[in-house]
Amino acid sequence: MKHGSNPTDMSKSNDSQMVNNLPQRHRISWIWRLVFQVSTIVGIITLAALLYNILNSTFGYIVIETKVDPTSLTSSSLPVEELTKEQLITILKERISQGAFRTLDRQMPFDKRTRDEVYNLVWERVIKPDVKVTYSLVDSIIHKADIEATVAKDYPQAKLVFRSWLTPRFITTPQASVPLFAGVQTALLGSLWTIAITILFAFPLGVGAAIYLEEYASGNFINRAIQTNINNLAGVPSIIYGMLGLAIFVRSLEPITSGAFLGVVEDPTTANGRTILSAGLTLAILVLPLIIINGQEAIRAVPNSLRQASYGLGATKWQTVWHHVLPNAIPGILTGTILAVSRAIGETAPLVVVGASTFITFNPTSPFSKFTTLPIQIYQWTARPQDDFRNIAAAAIIVLLILLLALNATAILLRNRYSRGLA
Amino acid sequence: MNLTLQNFMSSISTESPSSNGKYAIEARNLNLYYGSFMAVKNVTLPIERQKITAIIGPSGCGKTTMLRSFNRMNDLVPSAHSEGEVLFMGQNINDPGVDPVEVRRHIGMVFQKPNPFPKSIYENIAWGARINGFRGSKSELDDLVERSLRSAALWDEVKDKLQQSGLSLSGGQQQRLCIARAIAVKPDIILMDEPCSALDPIATLKIEELMRVLAKDYTIIIVTHNMQQAARVSDFTAFFTMDEDRAGYLKEFGVTTQIFTYPHEKLTEDYITGRFG
Repeated sequence: MKHGSNPTDMSKSNDSQMVNNLPQRHRISWIWRLVFQVSTIVGIITLAALLYNILNSTFGYIVIETKVDPTSLTSSSLPVEELTKEQLITILKERISQGAFRTLDRQMPFDKRTRDEVYNLVWERVIKPDVKVTYSLVDSIIHKADIEATVAKDYPQAKLVFRSWLTPRFITTPQASVPLFAGVQTALLGSLWTIAITILFAFPLGVGAAIYLEEYASGNFINRAIQTNINNLAGVPSIIYGMLGLAIFVRSLEPITSGAFLGVVEDPTTANGRTILSAGLTLAILVLPLIIINGQEAIRAVPNSLRQASYGLGATKWQTVWHHVLPNAIPGILTGTILAVSRAIGETAPLVVVGASTFITFNPTSPFSKFTTLPIQIYQWTARPQDDFRNIAAAAIIVLLILLLALNATAILLRNRYSRGLA
Repeated sequence: MNLTLQNFMSSISTESPSSNGKYAIEARNLNLYYGSFMAVKNVTLPIERQKITAIIGPSGCGKTTMLRSFNRMNDLVPSAHSEGEVLFMGQNINDPGVDPVEVRRHIGMVFQKPNPFPKSIYENIAWGARINGFRGSKSELDDLVERSLRSAALWDEVKDKLQQSGLSLSGGQQQRLCIARAIAVKPDIILMDEPCSALDPIATLKIEELMRVLAKDYTIIIVTHNMQQAARVSDFTAFFTMDEDRAGYLKEFGVTTQIFTYPHEKLTEDYITGRFG
């Protein structure tokens, strides 16, 4: 600033080397702000499009034609919905072949089946509804009149009903070959079992390895090599882990993963080791590097002053780790585990290789059961040519999203509980 | 006080104070290294019992490294190693057979920045006793916590909120909590690494008063940048400086009043009069 110049006139008081470029600098900040906003908005639009797509397929009008008119089934005036179990069994006996009836009875004796199961059988085997056309949610709302006119003209026999493919029945029914009767219970339970085994193995192993690498391992060549390899493993394509799982758990450890070592092989088809246990262990090694890396980050973030304070009181290494490092790192470790488990839930490719079943209607009952999982189920349904399989795939996607949200919410609650204990 | 508590206390300071001659702890021809870098060169420093010894000197002259060699905290730095002896209770604590965990139980430490555990005030004090094998009842532990907090002149301020987090206290209170935590395990020596550098003058004054009281029972070694503080609280002063290779060494050691009034060395005089450092 030169002597004699007016100190309040800042733009002129700068000397010649300092140009007044403040407006330009503000413009640049504004442009960058805009860039960041646009990236956020693009992300939100993508997510919204995804949700729109799913919801569009989950609800909407469908056109149903039945082979047999349900009202013709009974002589009484009662509609088929209100018949007793015995009446339903009689209908079944009359309308399907004796051989087919015996087969059903062999699969599960009729006196053990509930009334609802028999009722469903009557629909599946006798009434045989057939979905002719399905309409998306948006079409159903906007072009309602058009749809009604077209259906009345093209399918005079059929009924037009508004259907939500996502119902409580959808979640509590096992897989079936007809979309109208199919449910995701088998796949949902398969996913839960698999994830439970994944967490059971990956969490303690991952946290243990993270503690060792951060607190115990010295910086020698071997430990640095291990560290580098773990970082690289986190980026290996999941199908490779599937092949690893196939080689190790399904083939080499077959006596263990099939349950043969405990003498609990469920049925001959699981004796080859293609069980929930194999799937869970495969996903566990898939997410292990993620849990280790996130765990290490969390442990590294624990202030060193805490460790020093602990050592200064005459604490051993283990006492320091157990009483101070771990409690302070656990919120971060849990966050990392949430991310890892979320990834495991959505994995499809490795489970295809390990041998998820393509079509099973029986719920898994132990780690040694055959299995399918939600993403596998969705993948198979979307691969079908019929329209109505796409609808149940969309409904299953919603179930998968809800499952993910529920798991994340649980983990966040857990994390908050631990964090509160600290501050 | 009943029997269990007494057992605990006596087990913590088993050896009698007379086993190391007249000194609480003594460094003899001590060299300290970080990798190949020599941080402290050939220091011989005897520390008197139940006195406060201040270590002063310019930045980077190895004061803190020297202090941390008294309870083997330098072990936590992977590249650090030492030559020479640190005699405590007649034994060189750097001997391979000596357990550093045992050493640190007898020689406590208070750090530059207050670092209470993120636990309750009560737990901050009780934890040290528990991990060191305290087997008394709940009321005996309560007693230990109360006496430790009283010794650190903190009891009246926190007696109604023992279950609150140690982090909810002010900086000065946190530092006194750290001192209470250190004396709860009944150490022989307390090392203080610039304990007041993060505190305001009033909190500093409280800690200094506390140190004078504690010196009746404990041997205290304090590193400080504040020469007035050294002059106010310490009985002995060790002046460190560094040579042309940046290795710290002991330039002058003596009674504090002598160091601050008639220093033998020109360099000491220059430093305490503020001409360098």
